[in-house]
Amino acid sequence: MLVGGVDVGSTQTKAVIMTGEHEILGRGLCPTGAKLAEAGQTAFDLAMDETDFTESDVSFVVGTGYGRFNINFGDAQVTEISCHARGAVHLFPNTRSVLDIGGQDTKAIKVTDDGQVVDFNMNDKCAAGTGRFLGAASDALEIPLGDLGPLALTAKNPVKMTTTCTVFAESEILGWLAKGRRIEDVVMGVHNSIASRSVALLRRAGIEPEVTFTGGVTRNTAMVELISELVGSQVNTNEESHYCGAIGASLYALDQVLTGAFSERGATA
Amino acid sequence: MSLTAGIDLGSSYTKVVIVDDEDSIESTFMRKTGFHFAKAAEESLQAALDRGSFDRDDIGYVAATGFGRYAAEVSDLAITELTCHGYAAHKWLPNVRTVLDAGGQTVKAMRLDEVGRVTAFRLNDKCAAGAGAFLQKTVEYLGYDITDIARLSEAAEDPVTVSSVCTVFAESEIINHLANDQSIENVCAGAVIALTGRAAQLVKRVKAEPPYGLTGGLASISLLTDRLGEILGSPFSVPPDGLGAYAGAYGAALLAHQRLAKRTELVSA
Repeated sequence: MLVGGVDVGSTQTKAVIMTGEHEILGRGLCPTGAKLAEAGQTAFDLAMDETDFTESDVSFVVGTGYGRFNINFGDAQVTEISCHARGAVHLFPNTRSVLDIGGQDTKAIKVTDDGQVVDFNMNDKCAAGTGRFLGAASDALEIPLGDLGPLALTAKNPVKMTTTCTVFAESEILGWLAKGRRIEDVVMGVHNSIASRSVALLRRAGIEPEVTFTGGVTRNTAMVELISELVGSQVNTNEESHYCGAIGASLYALDQVLTGAFSERGATA
Repeated sequence: MSLTAGIDLGSSYTKVVIVDDEDSIESTFMRKTGFHFAKAAEESLQAALDRGSFDRDDIGYVAATGFGRYAAEVSDLAITELTCHGYAAHKWLPNVRTVLDAGGQTVKAMRLDEVGRVTAFRLNDKCAAGAGAFLQKTVEYLGYDITDIARLSEAAEDPVTVSSVCTVFAESEIINHLANDQSIENVCAGAVIALTGRAAQLVKRVKAEPPYGLTGGLASISLLTDRLGEILGSPFSVPPDGLGAYAGAYGAALLAHQRLAKRTELVSA
């Protein structure tokens, strides 16, 4: 018996296929683009391709993601706050605080030991402190997103970014370079800005160890270090953290199959 | 005949205006600012000279304004953009008492006295909401150029609603509208209307009084001008010949003339 979880993010769409024993058999990742449901299907198909099964073997699929838009994907939908909380506690059972930094959304979530949401904060009005800030740096400097973290770690004298606004950040980055500052020092300044903004969001929700860091930005090693430093202890991440929302979604799908937690609506079983 | 030049090193575009001693415009030039302010200033000044078949020696005084004004090595003087914009608006539209300058990243609302001095102002200093950057990204995403936005937005029949304040989120909202098969015209008009609402807020905050004027790169969008007039209850006049984007450079060139006149007086005294 298999279930699926699909997390349609603002920037990337993630999917996992999971067994009844919580084993992840397949992962799919693709850019979200304009057509949200299509991106969901693409990521799902990519995850399916990694398994020896076909779509008809999947009993239930839960879709999640992107709070501002309705994602019409899967047999049922669960908010991404719930999915990230559930996924984080599944990956690291001692998790009590979750920080999710995605492409446009940053969320701080307090959770119970069984993955229920106690409280959360997110950037609902402004994209400051999200992965998009790194995107602005990547665009302004013409450096691939994946190279920014390693470059930041070579900084000796980071700049102090003054702008909050992501749009202004691009100009400020160019301004620092025009003043002759080293590229790695500028890139590190950008990282510091995101880290301090997201940890401030986490503080508002209340930091309680252990802290689990999720979302696409977990792949950035500099960011993991900076956030750990600000939080005061090493934050949990691993190679699954990027898929945390999709993992949470598939756990909700499993609930449905095992206990009928959702209504019968559209079940493919 | 003595000429002066004004260079406006904006966050998005660099504009140059050359004026004669009658304050009439002899040459203009505009290009993207890019990374290197000093180079943008120098090359743009040269291009404006070439366009008017002038030599560098024909120019008695060069004043720079805008975001990158201190980096313009070719200039004799740096003037704040508020002073320049206010003065240019006063020259073009002598009676205006409140001016909105709507540019790529900056939106400024200014109150002017009867000689064009700025008596009160508000800037969007922390956030790009209301600035033109997202119109540019929107039209580029649609495969058009920023100069097409006026035409596209005017042709709309049923403009979409864009509710996000943040420019980054507004972009996603726009992409979502397109994915839902809204016409390019309706999406462009929706973007312009959203921006107008934000800009009008800024105007209200300087305790605006009519007559109103609109300068900056966005002054050529008639939907924006009309809507602003509707929101604030009195029409907005715009600079002649679509020169709105050159307000800062024009103001700088005019003020350069005043400096030149003073210098000449001192020398002859």
